[in-house]
This record gives sequence, structure tokens and C-alpha cells, in this order.
Amino acid sequence: MRSFLRLAALAVLLAATPAEGARIGELADWDFGSQTVRFFSLQDASVRYALAGSMLLGLCCGLMGAFLVVRKLALMGDALSHAVLPGVALGFLWGMTKNPVAIFAGAVGAGLLGAVVVQWIRATTKHREDAALGFVLSSFFGVGIVLFTMIQNLPGGAKSGLDGFMFGQAAALGPEDVWLLAGVTVLALGAVGLFYKEYVLTSFDEGFAQSLGWPVKFYHYSLMLLLAFAIVSALQAVGVVLVSAMLVIPAAAAFLLTDRMGAMLAWSAGLGMLAGAAGAFFSFTGQSLPTGPFMVLAAAGLFVLALLFAPSHGIVRRLWRRRSRVARIRRENTLKAIYHVMEDGGFREEVVEIEGVADRRRETAAGARREIVELQQAGLATVADGRVAFTPEGWQRACEMVRNHRLWELYLTNAAQLAPDHVHDDAEVIEHVLGDETVRRLERRLNYARRDPHGKLIPGLADLAAGAPPSERVAGFGEKGGAR
Amino acid sequence: MSGFIPPFAWQRVVVQPWTEDFNVSFWIVVMGFLVAAACGVVGTYLLLRRMALVGDAISHSILFGLVVAFMIFRSGGTMVMFVAAVATGLLTVGIIEFIHRQSRVKTDAAICIAFTTLFAAGVVLLSVAEMQGPVHLDAECVLYGEIAFVPLDPAVEVFGLVLGPAPVVRMVGVLVGLLVLATIFYKELLVTSFDPALARSLGIRAGVWHYGLMAVLSIVIVSVFEAVGAILAVAMLVVPPMFAAQLSDRLPVRFALVFLHAALSSLLGYQLSVWLNCSPAGAMVVVGAMLFLLAWAVTRPRRAAFPGWTAPS
Repeated sequence: MRSFLRLAALAVLLAATPAEGARIGELADWDFGSQTVRFFSLQDASVRYALAGSMLLGLCCGLMGAFLVVRKLALMGDALSHAVLPGVALGFLWGMTKNPVAIFAGAVGAGLLGAVVVQWIRATTKHREDAALGFVLSSFFGVGIVLFTMIQNLPGGAKSGLDGFMFGQAAALGPEDVWLLAGVTVLALGAVGLFYKEYVLTSFDEGFAQSLGWPVKFYHYSLMLLLAFAIVSALQAVGVVLVSAMLVIPAAAAFLLTDRMGAMLAWSAGLGMLAGAAGAFFSFTGQSLPTGPFMVLAAAGLFVLALLFAPSHGIVRRLWRRRSRVARIRRENTLKAIYHVMEDGGFREEVVEIEGVADRRRETAAGARREIVELQQAGLATVADGRVAFTPEGWQRACEMVRNHRLWELYLTNAAQLAPDHVHDDAEVIEHVLGDETVRRLERRLNYARRDPHGKLIPGLADLAAGAPPSERVAGFGEKGGAR
Repeated sequence: MSGFIPPFAWQRVVVQPWTEDFNVSFWIVVMGFLVAAACGVVGTYLLLRRMALVGDAISHSILFGLVVAFMIFRSGGTMVMFVAAVATGLLTVGIIEFIHRQSRVKTDAAICIAFTTLFAAGVVLLSVAEMQGPVHLDAECVLYGEIAFVPLDPAVEVFGLVLGPAPVVRMVGVLVGLLVLATIFYKELLVTSFDPALARSLGIRAGVWHYGLMAVLSIVIVSVFEAVGAILAVAMLVVPPMFAAQLSDRLPVRFALVFLHAALSSLLGYQLSVWLNCSPAGAMVVVGAMLFLLAWAVTRPRRAAFPGWTAPS
């Protein structure tokens, strides 16, 4: 029963135990400043190994994880990190010692078998990826637990120290572990460098790679082999659950930061190393806190930063873009309203009352005034004594909007055969996004028509000579267009 | 190596557990069945919604909620645990959905980010809590859940009638509640699982049912792994529904097959664990996986083994 107790601890949440593993920061007298100095001076061998190990782990997992994320296999890391467990047990059974080579080979073999079973289930049943991964994760893990509990009953098995192997102990990394991580990292870098083109193509367009006659399966499984290497060597440092975190989180952050695969690999590896170093630092300076979870929390922090502030895919950037788009559309609608008021007056006045604009926009006077102040700030209009006048740029922009709107209405009635009273709403939306090229083509297609379906004038290219003040233009307009 | 696999002795493996150790064997097998059935019913819907791994995610992130609840309430009562589990489960799903909606990161990566981060936060908080004083949390419900201890739990008595060990009674409650909910809301769950667009047009709000299912899932997971550990929960959320889906396309038949699978895997799994002298939970998972492989082998040529059970396409 006692052994059950220990095994349950092992089995239930394998990675929960970094909390009980060896800790770098275990010191009687603890002080943040001196610990920081100690960390950065790298005078302790354990600090050097933990830092080197954590950073290598971040590099290696970041590199592999980038491929997982673009292949939409993010949870493959999770499944394989559980699936290696029976391999670890079998590796131990090979001679009943904690022989690192045998355990490594067994774990990698089990991981590869797991990857094969996932593909196999997907190919021959109706089950999807998620079910296949869930099946491999839980059934392999179950086999692993059965083997582990059987080893515990063997003479000498109880002291196997295998649970230590499964628990994350970045702090207790020794030189051999660091060399192993370094070897795996070099291997991963070499393979990615050698087969970069192949891995990228098979990741993004497997069908095309197949049609070129490439051995797609070979590339997939070689990637899975590298992944198994990375997982097994990282397992000792961070434990089962947190390995998949180190695979996916830096890569997902990199995915938000760039659109190019090469840059994504570099970002992912860099962020992984940064997270590894941060994890080692915090667990050293913090009071006997575990390394692995801090590594993951650091990576998660970096991911949140990327999620918020990534240059083109970040939330802040997108909200900002949306805000400025909404503001632009509001400005353009106000300009159009001023134009319409002027048009209703037959362009006899060069200024319009704010109340008129407010009526037209169906706004309160205060609301219209706010909108017009925005126009003033953008240099599109000037206000004096409660009356608005266009600046030259404002006049040009207003004409463009009215032209876009009416051209589109005409196009819809002529080309798409819509009734004239059905085209306004559509035009109201599209007027803000029509580009110059589209407008030119619309004009040509509509034979440079001057009247929209409602009989109103469409301001043409000739009417928008930049800089011409409304007073010089409206005369011609008024005569040709007239009021309604 | 020679003594690794014990010889199969009929007397020791099959007869003895049901004669001398009847009380132990009976409750372990019953508990295994209840766990697998409850997980299997919820998992059937998860499988239909292609969310098989969300169970795995929630079973890890729940650690965070339990630690926070413990730090706030300083107790590990059943109600506190249920509330913490539901809150954490919904938080996990909320984070997944937020990342998925607000960025171009795909759902699978979002799942991984959400649960590993919450799990890491839970581990850190746990070690912080340990510094402040002894934490009963891990011993109670996170680390030492093990099905072999179930018969040792104090029995529940109602009006002098001995019902059985507390976890078994609670699990019966969870399973019955689950079946009642599944019966009452059969139509809604069916429609939202298969055709969210149709559900919307019928005025059924798919989002509400999604979060409702996640809340139920959280309750099932927490009540399972308090008693028997996370691995059995994660496995039984995936394997019995896959077994059932392999054999039938009709939902009611799938539920029946889930129960069959639950009964077989818990009984045979227990016998296997007696024979090999290993963890019963692990052995149940292994037998469950074997049953799926068997169903797979049987149905390789066709999609469903029993054509009459298959919905016309």
C-alpha cells in the first residue's frame, strides 16, 4: 500500500513534483540582491548547469515546437511526452539499471510508436486527430503505469529512482544531462538546416510535396524522431506536462510575431531560451521555488506580450487599426453630410450651419459639433460662428466620398440590375473602401456618367482638382447639377 | 527479468479476489465501472465535438483552481472543490476561446497554452502554500487519488443502511445526475453537437450548451480524480467513446456500448492488475485500450460492425 501511495503521486500528475525535486535556491539565509549577484556571476557550478540546460532546452523545444504549431500538431507534444513513459520503463528493464542510453532509446522508440499509432488511427478510422492523440496519450501512459508498478515489485525495483527521472529537476541537472541536451540541440539544428526547404514545404502543403514525389512520410517521421529526442532529453528538466508547454508556447508567440518561417524558427528558439533563462533565474532567486513551472510561466508571459503587442497580429495593434478606421469613416460621413447640405442649397453658400449638418447626420447639435471638431483637427474643415467651411483637402475628400457612393449606386443599378431604391445601403458601406483603381475602372465601365440613379451629379476627376476652394468649383457644379 | 510477469494462477487471480477479498474487489470494480461510465457519457459528446483533448486539459488546469480555493477557504470540502473545479474548467475554456478568437493561434495550440500555464501556476502556488504551512490539498485530492484506496474509505450509512464507501456513493450521485441531464437535454445536446448552425436557427444557443457541458465535465473530472487519479479520468473520457463510435453511429447505441466498455474494462482491468500485481487504474486503461483495438480490428473492413445499427446515410 505504501508503494501505491508513492506511485499514485508519480502517476497522477507527473510534473507536479518539481516542487519536491532538488532546488537551486535552498539556502538558509536568503536575500534577493546577493542571490541575483550570485546568479549572474555564474560562480556556482549548479547555476551554470541549470542555466545552460534550461537555455538549451528552450532552444531545442522552441525549434521543434515551431514545426508543431504550423503543422497544427501542437498537442502531439503533449501526447508524445506521455507516450514515452512505457519506453522509459522498458529501457530500465533492459538490465535493471538506470542506464541512460537504454532509457533514452526505449523512450524514443515508444514516442515514435506513439506517432505511428496516431497516424494509423487517423488513416484507418473515422476518428479525428484529437481522439487519436487522446487515445495514444492515455493508453501509452496506462501501459507505462502498469510497467512502473510492476518494476516497483521487483527486487531492487523500489529503489530504481525512476520517479526521479520522470520528475522535472532542472535545478539538479548535471554535466551529462547538459551534454545530452546539447547533443540533441545540435542534431535538431543540423537536421532543420539540412532539410529546411523540405520541412517547410511538407508543413504547409503536404499535397504539393507529395505530387513532387518527395518522401513526405520520411520527413514527417524524421521530425517526430527529433521531437521524441527533444522531449526525452527535456523530460528530466521540466517533467511531462511542462515539456509540451515549452514546445508550444514560445512557438505560438513566434507565430504571432512574424509571417516568415525562418524568422519564426529564430523567434521561437530565442523566446524559448529567454524563458529557460528566466525560469532558472526566478527559481534561483526565489525561495526554493521549482524551475520548470517558472520557465513555463515566463514563456506564458512572453506569449501574452506577443498576443498584445505583436507588430501586425497583436491585439493592441488590431484594436488601434479598428479605432482609426472607425474614426476615418466617421470623418468621411461628416464630410459627406456637409457636402449634401451644400448641394441641397445649390452650392450657393460656401459655409453651412452646424445645425444643418446635425439634421443631416441625425445627430444632436453637440454631437455634430464634436464630429466637426474632429474634422477641424484633421485639417479637413474650419469652423467660425457656428458655421463650417471645407478646407481644400476636405472638399476633395468629400467629393471623393460622394463620387464613390454614387458611382457604386449606378454600377449596381446598371450592371447588377438592382432597383434604384435598393442600392443605397450597399454604397454607404463600400464608399469608404473603394480604391483609386476600382474607381477608374467603374468610371470607364459606366462611360464617365455624370448622373447617379437618383439624378444627382457624380463629381468626376475634373471636379476634384486639388486645392481648388469650394467657391471656384461650385459655380460650375451648381449650373450643371442644379438642385436635385 | 524472469519474475517480471508472474505466472497466471487461476486460484490466486480469479478465485481469491472474489472469495476472500470480496469487499475490496467488489468496490474497486464498481468504482472503476462508475468512473468509466460517467467519463464515457461526457466523453461521447466531447468526441462528437472534436474536443477529446479538452478533458486532458481541464484535468490538469484544475490543479490551479483547487490550490486557489484551498488558499482562500483553507479547506477541501466537496462543495468548495466542485465550485473551484467548475470555475477553473470554465476559465480554461474561456482562455482557449479568447486566444483562438483574438489571434490567429489555432485551437490546439491554444488548448496547450491554457492548460500548461494554469498547471504551472498551480504548481508554483502549491509550493508557495507549502511554505506557509502544511497543505492537506495534495494528500486529499490531487496527488494521491488511487482506486485501490476506495474500499478503505469510510462507508456511508443512510437510515442504518450501509450504502458503501463515500467516493462510490458520490460517484453514483454524479453518474445519476449526468444521466438525468443527458436525458432531459438530449435534443439540445444532440443538435448543438452535430449542427451548431441548425441549433442557432432553432433558437438553441450553442454557446450556453458548450459552457454547460464544460461545467459538467469539470465536475466529473474533479469527482473522478479525487478518488482514482487523473489518468483514469483522461483515459476514460477518450477510450470508451472511441470504442462505441467504432461500432455504431447512433447516439443511444453508443451510450449502451460505453456502459458495456466500462463494465468490461473495469472487471478485466482489475483481474489483470491482480495477476500482474500492478496499479488497477493503469490496468483498466490498458484493457480499455485493448477493447478499442479489438473493435478496430473487427471493423477494419467496414465502418460499423453491425450494419443494422448504422444510421442510413
